[in-house]
Order: sequence, then C-alpha cells, then structure tokens
Amino acid sequence: MQILCTIKMPATRENFPALMQAVADCARSQGISSEKLYGIELATEEALVNIFNYAYQGAHGEVEIVCMRDDGGKFVMDIIDSGAPFDLLSVKDPDVTAGIAERPIGGLGIYFIKKFTDDVCYRREGGKNILRLTVVAGNNPGLR
Amino acid sequence: MEIATRKKDNAVMVSVTGRIDMVTAPAFEKSLSDEISAGVKRIILNFSALEYINSIGLRVILTASKKLKEQQGELVFAGLQGPVNEVFKISGFHSLYKMFESEEAALQEM
Repeated sequence: MQILCTIKMPATRENFPALMQAVADCARSQGISSEKLYGIELATEEALVNIFNYAYQGAHGEVEIVCMRDDGGKFVMDIIDSGAPFDLLSVKDPDVTAGIAERPIGGLGIYFIKKFTDDVCYRREGGKNILRLTVVAGNNPGLR
Repeated sequence: MEIATRKKDNAVMVSVTGRIDMVTAPAFEKSLSDEISAGVKRIILNFSALEYINSIGLRVILTASKKLKEQQGELVFAGLQGPVNEVFKISGFHSLYKMFESEEAALQEM
C-alpha cells in the first residue's frame, strides 16, 4: 500500500472545502476519471458530514484522511476520527422505494457511501474510528 | 452554486448551476422555502447545469416536496443528467418525481 497524501485538520465545517480539495487533487493525480471522482467525493463528503455532526458531540476533535493506492491499483481512503465509536455498516439501508409522504428525512448519506464505493470497512483501533473506502479505478458501481 | 428563478403562470422555475454540497445546501434550502412561503404551488427544478448533489441536497428536496404536497402543490425536475441523475436513480428519487427533458416540456405538462 502506497500512501499518496495525508491531511489532518480540526473536524469543523470551515475545513470542509480544504479536505475535499485535498482528496480530489489526490484522486486526480492518480488519473481517476471525473465520473469516478464523483463517487469518491460523494462518499468522502457523506463520511465527513457524519463526523462533523456526531463524532465529537460539540467538543473539539480532528479528522484525518489518508489517501492510498494499493498494489492492485485501487484508490483507498482511510477517514479517521477520535470521536464516539460509530460503525456505519451497522446502519440499516433506507427504503428507497417509499413514497414522498412515507420517506423519512435523511438516512441516505451512509447509503451513498456504500453504493458509490466498491468496498467499505470499519474498525475501531486505539480509540479511533477508521473508515476505509476503496474504489476500483475502472469500476465505480454507482456510476456504471 | 448559483440559483436563478423565473416565474411563468403559476409555476416557478429554479435553475441550479454548480454544486449542492454541505456548504451550499442552506442557500438552496432557503431558495425553495422562500418560494413555498410565498405561496408557489408548482416548482420546476432545472438541474441541467448541476454538477454535484449530496444527501443533504436530496433532504432539502424531500422536505420541500412534502410541504408542497400538503398544499396540493408539486415539484418536478427538468434536465437531470450525468452523475446527478445516477444519484437520483440510486436513491429512488426517480420514481418519486416527474422527470422532464427540459423546462419547456415540464411547463407544457403543468
């Protein structure tokens, strides 16, 4: 696994543009197409929204993103926070067939993380939530 | 993100250019809620120049359409394309709303 870039900042909305820019620049530097980039950006943003809103519950904390390339050429991202334990894989998928009146407001963000990446892994290690997102360069499932 | 609105008959056309993300979604939300508060019943969202939308953007759309539905109003879409269209398909929003190729087609239908 080759580390391409690491960015660590306070987990606040003000830092959102810089975090997103760093990920997008890194993905582009690997020749990832604009279509695949959409999925990477969307999954990253949805993960950051969760961290900003829930991880630190009003207290200060940081978020770290490590972009990597694995031996098979896949684009891999670790999104790390030190907040409350949260395994987003434990969240049930929303009912995407429900009508307007029945649809709950929200619940799509985590679903997008799963649908727009090829693999999602979660682990809790050393007091940190580590979310690993993998995108196969030639196969972004959400954008087929 | 840029938002342009245009009124015709009893409908308002809202054209969004650029990105609806964590930073810009509040302005998008205000734009829709202002129209609904002003009594508009039919909103055509023209997304032909929209490059990106996230779950917050979809939440804004769902909230607005719930309000409109309560007032016997309607929200429809024109010009969805590319990855934004994929987001609508994956989230099931395609089956919730009428989709038109263009604003003109949406206006004719309404």
